[in-house]
Amino acid sequence: MIGRFLRKLSLLFGRARFESELDEEMAFHRAEAEEAFAADGMTREAARYAATRQFGNAARLRDESHAVVGFRVETVVQDLRFAFRQFRRSPGFAITAIVILALGIGVSVAIFGFVDAALLEPLPYAAPNRLMSVDEASAMFPRSNLSRDDFDDWRRMNHSFTSLDAYGGMGFLLRTASRSEPVPGARVSDGFFSTLGVHMMLGRGFLPGEDQPGKSKIVILTYGTWLKRFGGRRDIVGQPVTLSGADYTVVGVLPREFEFAPRRDSEFWVPLLEKNGCEQRRSCHNLYGVGRLRNGVTMDAARAEMKAIAALLAKQYPGSNQGQGASVIPLAEIIVGPVRPILLTLLCGAGLLLLIACVNVASLILVRSESRRREIAVRGALGATRARLARQFVTEGLLLALLGCAGGVLTGDWLMQMLARLIPKNMLIHLPFLSDVGLNTHVLIFAGVVALLAALLLAATPTLRLTFAGIRDGLGEGDRGAAGTLWRRLGANLVVIELAVAVVLLVGAGLLGKSFYRLLHVDDGFDTTHLATVQVMLPDSSYTKDGQKVALYREINRRLSEIPGVQSVGITTDLPVQCNCDTDWIRIVGKPFHGEHNEVNERDVSPSYLSTLKAGLVRGRLLSDSDDANHPRVTVINEALAQKYFSGEDPIGKMIGDGGFTPNSMRQVVGVIRNVREGALDDQVWPAEYFSIYHDSDTYFAVAVRAARDEKAILPGIVTTLHSIDANLGVYGESTMTEQIESSQTSLIHRFSTWLVGGFAAMALILGVVGLYGVIAYSVSRRTREIGVRMALGAQRSAVYGMVLRQAGRLTGVGLGIGLVSAVGASLLMRKLLFGVAAWDAPTLAGVALVLGAASMVASFLPAQKAASISPTEALRAE
Amino acid sequence: MAKKPDLLPGTLDMLILKTLTRGALHGYGIALSIKRLSDDVLTVEEGSLYPALQRLLLQGWVKGEWKMTDTGRRARFYTLTAAGRKQLGIELSQFEQMITAIGRVLRDAQEA
Repeated sequence: MIGRFLRKLSLLFGRARFESELDEEMAFHRAEAEEAFAADGMTREAARYAATRQFGNAARLRDESHAVVGFRVETVVQDLRFAFRQFRRSPGFAITAIVILALGIGVSVAIFGFVDAALLEPLPYAAPNRLMSVDEASAMFPRSNLSRDDFDDWRRMNHSFTSLDAYGGMGFLLRTASRSEPVPGARVSDGFFSTLGVHMMLGRGFLPGEDQPGKSKIVILTYGTWLKRFGGRRDIVGQPVTLSGADYTVVGVLPREFEFAPRRDSEFWVPLLEKNGCEQRRSCHNLYGVGRLRNGVTMDAARAEMKAIAALLAKQYPGSNQGQGASVIPLAEIIVGPVRPILLTLLCGAGLLLLIACVNVASLILVRSESRRREIAVRGALGATRARLARQFVTEGLLLALLGCAGGVLTGDWLMQMLARLIPKNMLIHLPFLSDVGLNTHVLIFAGVVALLAALLLAATPTLRLTFAGIRDGLGEGDRGAAGTLWRRLGANLVVIELAVAVVLLVGAGLLGKSFYRLLHVDDGFDTTHLATVQVMLPDSSYTKDGQKVALYREINRRLSEIPGVQSVGITTDLPVQCNCDTDWIRIVGKPFHGEHNEVNERDVSPSYLSTLKAGLVRGRLLSDSDDANHPRVTVINEALAQKYFSGEDPIGKMIGDGGFTPNSMRQVVGVIRNVREGALDDQVWPAEYFSIYHDSDTYFAVAVRAARDEKAILPGIVTTLHSIDANLGVYGESTMTEQIESSQTSLIHRFSTWLVGGFAAMALILGVVGLYGVIAYSVSRRTREIGVRMALGAQRSAVYGMVLRQAGRLTGVGLGIGLVSAVGASLLMRKLLFGVAAWDAPTLAGVALVLGAASMVASFLPAQKAASISPTEALRAE
Repeated sequence: MAKKPDLLPGTLDMLILKTLTRGALHGYGIALSIKRLSDDVLTVEEGSLYPALQRLLLQGWVKGEWKMTDTGRRARFYTLTAAGRKQLGIELSQFEQMITAIGRVLRDAQEA
């Protein structure tokens, strides 16, 4: 059997050879026959004629030989030609079907393009799946920063990684002609680039040991920076560059394709070198780790080893390391983790839409096959076998799927470009791979597979009908055979699927929409409107003493307050609605303590900051201008901290310190405010403490300005004023609080999923309802006679209405029922994307039922009206 | 021209295989051989011969090889393969069974 197939296959490819051999063989035959006739005494002429006549039509003979050995290419061409003719004859059907398919396939292809880019190949490095993000873990943070001392120990003690490296952010002030420009950069350990497997385009990477304190200051440039700031000079290696007032030497330039998503905007890469102020302490967590797994070591094994090492360090340094575990997860996970749920949800949504589209087209085909019964019956009567008829349907299905797929790929390509343009820049920074989404081999293979599945479905539906319905029935035009009933059942079942899927998508969209609404209306604890914000970076060299910084803070406050339209000015280390980060470990005087890390948000703010936010004071007082270095430390806490650590007591006057009650860490609680949201919109509110920035000054800070009216309009004035105070200040990130909230990753993810799933749901609703309309309208048209008889026998028009609407109602009801149950199941799967709303949210479910019910009623009202307006006499006379 | 009896359906393959037991032959030779051996009763139509040969090739029952004829022309010579010989045996016994059965029916009909 296999041998036979192989021989056939070899013939298919060696077709030319097969034909020439056959021709030669037949020519030989004719020549021999001619000889024989001539030998019998015929003239040459007559002999040739006789031989040719005896041999018959050479072309037909060759065809017959082909039919034996070849595949039936000829009949396939015939089928195709016929299929095209069919489409041309009813272009409405063909165009509708192709457009629906193209839409369904296009949406799936586009979403798959993103999934492919994000989830399948996110890291542009050698053997990326061996790269792990190696970090610490604590009770509050499943993945927290790595401390420099811990990193050194981990690196020394582990055997799981061929190399373990660390990276952290670092801003630089770059002197330009007019002012100094803040530029993002990164600090990395010596082997960082070789761990990733990145080779420099120019110069060299960092050599082992070059990251140690006391080594010389060197820097590696990204390709973009080299072009933009250094004119792409080939001799850049060895040149000096001044960053934040310090002299660095360029040792290398990264290749153009280099990308490191967690620090994507970094322009200058420098070695770790000296421990900064915070890194003097082991408890200072400011780095992240990245390691390459040794061959044969699994992620779980590495995680176990790192946890063991962390436990060892916790014993050795209980003060800083108690409760500090280890986290080892794929590097890809930290980059694509946040977008995975949305992408998978969208992929499922697109899949469902595709399903509806296919089912819709399948029922279109079904209706058409119904109206082609006579044609099929005639072909059957003329001797076409059932297989041959089925093949005609398969060919038509394939052709539709092929055209739909071609249209789908084009639509998908367009959609991908459009969606990619919709992704805001600040999100793209974290998801660089999304910027080069497009048609590639994966996407095309996916489109092919989808088209194949669609083709199967499209081919199977009418074939199934062919099997059940007798061909002969079709010859009588007006018959009311079993086929009609059967089709009604099959068609009705298909429309139930469509409606159910539409319900699932509608519920999904409803829940996402509600989540998004809840997210935007979450209680932030402060007035987010009319708040302008900028980030400021101080040049270290000119603000070495705390007093200088405090003087600057006061000056900024005074000068910005003078800008017309400004109501008040506040300074903080971290703006609200950013992150639960920059935390502090606290210990309450008079409470039991066992060295645990009581993690709370710490914010150093100017006295007017909390009132600028319009944060609500619950008890005590806010910080005042006199809470400075000359006075004892005080703190304002939020309600969350009060509830967690002072439940049932009045916190005012209580003392808080660090784990060891270091004398200069002791501060008194002077006030309690309502919770101001420091973390992201969907984060829990954490306990927080607010210190006076006059006590704990910082080089990086943010300024929040409360405007009387248009906060955006005063931003330029703020920047100019800051530069007039000191031209060397790095000022960046000017925006408004509302803008920041709306463009935060949480908000964007929710907005994207809401709009996209909403779009899918709208399309699904339209397709489903149109499908329902088709079924009902068709059924009415088939039952014209029956309805005529009923009316002739005295049925009222209202009864006819009722009959049709009941049929539609039944289908809608079943579809809704199945859909709602599946929707709850589906929503449970995407609960990661839901915020403040349960998967079985009753109002949403009820709303969807209402929308679908209303739409279905409208869709079935038209055919019902048509049915009710049937004239009994005409109906009975017809046919 | 007197009408010659048609080949019994399904017997062409068997006749070709049988003819080839005597040695390799080309297509024309096979047709000629069947005609001669049947004393001009059976004529193999070229229209059936070549498709049949392709079928046999495909089944692996015969092998084709290009060789020179006595008259110095190139022709494809067919030889029987082991599988073909086995197939011939099967077809012969089936054919004999059928002939016997038909014979019995005919005898019976005459006696009745």
